[in-house]
Amino acid sequence: MTTATTRPTAVTGAVGTAHTRVEGRDKVTGAARYAGEIPFADLAHGWLVLSTVARGRILSVDTASVLGMPGVLAVLHHGNAPRLDVDYVGMLGVPPDPTAAVFQNDRVPHAGWPVALVVAETPEQAREAAEALVVTYEEEPHDIGFHAGRPDAHPVDGHMPGVTEKGDLEAGFAASAHVVDAEYTTPEEHHAMMEPHAATALWDGGRLEVVDSNQGTTWVVDELVRMFQLEPSAVRVRSEHVGGGFGSKGVRAHQVSAVMAATLLQRPVRVVLTRRQMFSLTGHRSPTTQRVRLGADADGRLRALDHRSLSRTSTVWEFVEPSAGVARVMYDADAHRTANEVVRLDVPSPTWMRAPGEAPGSFALEAALDELAERCGVDPVELRLRNDPDRGPVSGLPFAGRDVAACFREGARRFGWAERDPRPGVRREGRWLLGTGTAAASFPAGALPSTAAVTAEADGTFTVRIAAADIGTGARTALTLVAADALRVEPDRVRVRIGDSDFGPAGIAGGSMGTRSWAWAVTAAVEELRERLVPGAPVPPEGITARSDTTAAVAGLAQKERHSFGAQFAEVAVDVTTGEVRVRRMLGIFSAGRIVNPLTARGQLVGGMVWGISMALHEEAVRDGASGGLYGPDLAGYHVATHADVPVVEADWLEGTPDPDDPVGIKGVGEIGIVGAAAAIANAVWHATGVRHRHLPIRPDRVLRAGGPRV
Amino acid sequence: MAPSTSSTVTLNINGEKHTLSVDHRTTLLDALRERLDLTGTKKGCDQGQCGACTVLVDGRRSVSCLQLAVASDGREITTVEGVADGDRLHPVQQAFLDLDGFQCGYCTPGQICSAIAVIEEHAAGWPSAVTEDVRPDAGPPPLTPEEIKERMSGNLCRCGAYVQIAEAVARAAAETRSENRNETEGAAA
Repeated sequence: MTTATTRPTAVTGAVGTAHTRVEGRDKVTGAARYAGEIPFADLAHGWLVLSTVARGRILSVDTASVLGMPGVLAVLHHGNAPRLDVDYVGMLGVPPDPTAAVFQNDRVPHAGWPVALVVAETPEQAREAAEALVVTYEEEPHDIGFHAGRPDAHPVDGHMPGVTEKGDLEAGFAASAHVVDAEYTTPEEHHAMMEPHAATALWDGGRLEVVDSNQGTTWVVDELVRMFQLEPSAVRVRSEHVGGGFGSKGVRAHQVSAVMAATLLQRPVRVVLTRRQMFSLTGHRSPTTQRVRLGADADGRLRALDHRSLSRTSTVWEFVEPSAGVARVMYDADAHRTANEVVRLDVPSPTWMRAPGEAPGSFALEAALDELAERCGVDPVELRLRNDPDRGPVSGLPFAGRDVAACFREGARRFGWAERDPRPGVRREGRWLLGTGTAAASFPAGALPSTAAVTAEADGTFTVRIAAADIGTGARTALTLVAADALRVEPDRVRVRIGDSDFGPAGIAGGSMGTRSWAWAVTAAVEELRERLVPGAPVPPEGITARSDTTAAVAGLAQKERHSFGAQFAEVAVDVTTGEVRVRRMLGIFSAGRIVNPLTARGQLVGGMVWGISMALHEEAVRDGASGGLYGPDLAGYHVATHADVPVVEADWLEGTPDPDDPVGIKGVGEIGIVGAAAAIANAVWHATGVRHRHLPIRPDRVLRAGGPRV
Repeated sequence: MAPSTSSTVTLNINGEKHTLSVDHRTTLLDALRERLDLTGTKKGCDQGQCGACTVLVDGRRSVSCLQLAVASDGREITTVEGVADGDRLHPVQQAFLDLDGFQCGYCTPGQICSAIAVIEEHAAGWPSAVTEDVRPDAGPPPLTPEEIKERMSGNLCRCGAYVQIAEAVARAAAETRSENRNETEGAAA
């Protein structure tokens, strides 16, 4: 038996030092098992059948002929599926998306809507039967026409108010020396994480077990308990390794239909979505049309700011892409108006996707700022420094550290911005026109209540249990370092177990809140444990466990504008013969509070910037007016940046201004990297060609058609 | 009598022979994952578009989702589970681990198998779309970041770890070159 001690054998300082991922070896050897890879005896396989019409009613599902096919065990559809309770508001403050609450009625609200699940002994049998299943529909005319000026557009409060306004806008514009008034658009975009959604459901000793791939086991348990009206203690969701999430991996049709089938058949059932099914079942980022009006003094100081964004949602679930929200944080003016509006169309439900609101909103706003800089004849970096507010423009609250100016100064120095010739369209290298651009970035630093348990084991090690999710962020490693420092031991004495709802409620891996929220709970549990450990006293064989719950602490945090900030810089080359835009280099300087693991934080920030390249130049899901579905809903038709698209991308960070009121100090790095990145690239394309590109992606055909003096 | 819809095949995987009866519709990828419990090879799209299922077939990289198991009879197949030397990671695996050439890890086995083949293809003098001198006797071009990125572009990484992956492939290629040189010198001595 060892004695209770958390006294260090050496001072660790694990936080802030680069550490490779604790599960890294498992991931590079193929030993890490993801949701669809855990073996189960007597496993049956479910295959979803999706609607082939964009709007209408199901008339018949011809189950009889399919049930006679080899290996087929069951066909679930609206005529025989159990009724779910969907009348609730879940943990994230929204009702369930009916796309996930499958088979509840005969309505078809969009193309690719789940209409049936075929279950068979093997995946091949299930797939063949699913493809053979005949479903007939009464078709109705559908409307997917998304454009500015729709009369049915209406403001919506999502996770922020729909509209904010102060001052007299028109008077502000009338008094301005320079006015920019432009419309920007971004297309429908998809998460396209590499691991398709997968879940296995089974009943084990009266408990429902779901082995899943998600961004929060607490989140998925909460939804399943409510939908199936079960006792919370009767459901366990596990999610050990997650092959990417980006906002899409909450409760979806695969878990719900797997639970239905496992309940009916009383054996384990696995449902894995196909890549094509993901494009209509798992959410996406709505297209946006945004009108930005900026009015400024002769020296570029803003007098009036108006940012209106229109996004699109389905007819069954309301989700607003809050693109105008970014102006509520970034820029002030005496007259200031922001509005997030929505139209309901016959399309799949959109959802949160990496930097929801900030990603498309920063493209429009930061591109408009660049246009204003041109009008005023002020350097784009200087323009942002002149318009750096000291309080929240809408809230009036103080910032918990706003290091925008410091990020720009450091970024400009390292990028070589001072040598930049501001004139557009004057640098040429062979057939390439060259240009550079910049943009600001911000993303909220929120926190969600979480619980954690930390056990001092009899062998001198420590075990942390928390229902966290590592979707590629390195959360498991980060929490190991946080716990090690709090315990004052080396990280190799700490074991962190995550991804199990039985560990108690915890916040999600989303909104850049994961590491901040979980580190808070782990630190609190360690503090409690340290009080209970008596130096020199023996640790019993079962160990000593302390628990924490940060609900009160999170609620009690002083009200401030809490955000990560950054400055993005990009250099592009534009081919005058093909219109192709190549990013040559990118630099992002960020202020994101305490950086727990520099190795993985760099990956998060650079990864976000790569998303910015992809958003600026490649990603575009195109919806077909006739069918209501997508052209090429797969990874060939929907191009995401690959190796050859990605140049030298550098991300670094400043220590930033600490906030004495913040007990955690971590602000989150998951989303800030994409914010402003597309705008910096678009602004660089203008600097190269002299032509403003206000519609993403900046495709070769758009560059060629837009022309310009030198293209 | 109905025609048979399954056949017995022998798959030689990571140096081990597996004889099994497979549904003719079963891909090599599904045979590995669903029948042989070799789940290191990942299914990202099942359409040959993402590269997550890349394995080596007779030494060359191949997307296992577009190859039927029955067409793999007798082939030498290497998966991510078979590239390490016991507990000693392959230089490509070690470089991915050290340089954080991944985040979620789901594309990683395919990236690693692809990278191993890229290093061999390059050493054998195969040109790529960005190789400047493509004459048959030109020999291997310098393995620049552009060469690595071009050759790796069939493997998507949505987490966007491309910068770190390219660093890892470059490091592993340099190590492999120096190892080969040492072996050659050792053999000469």
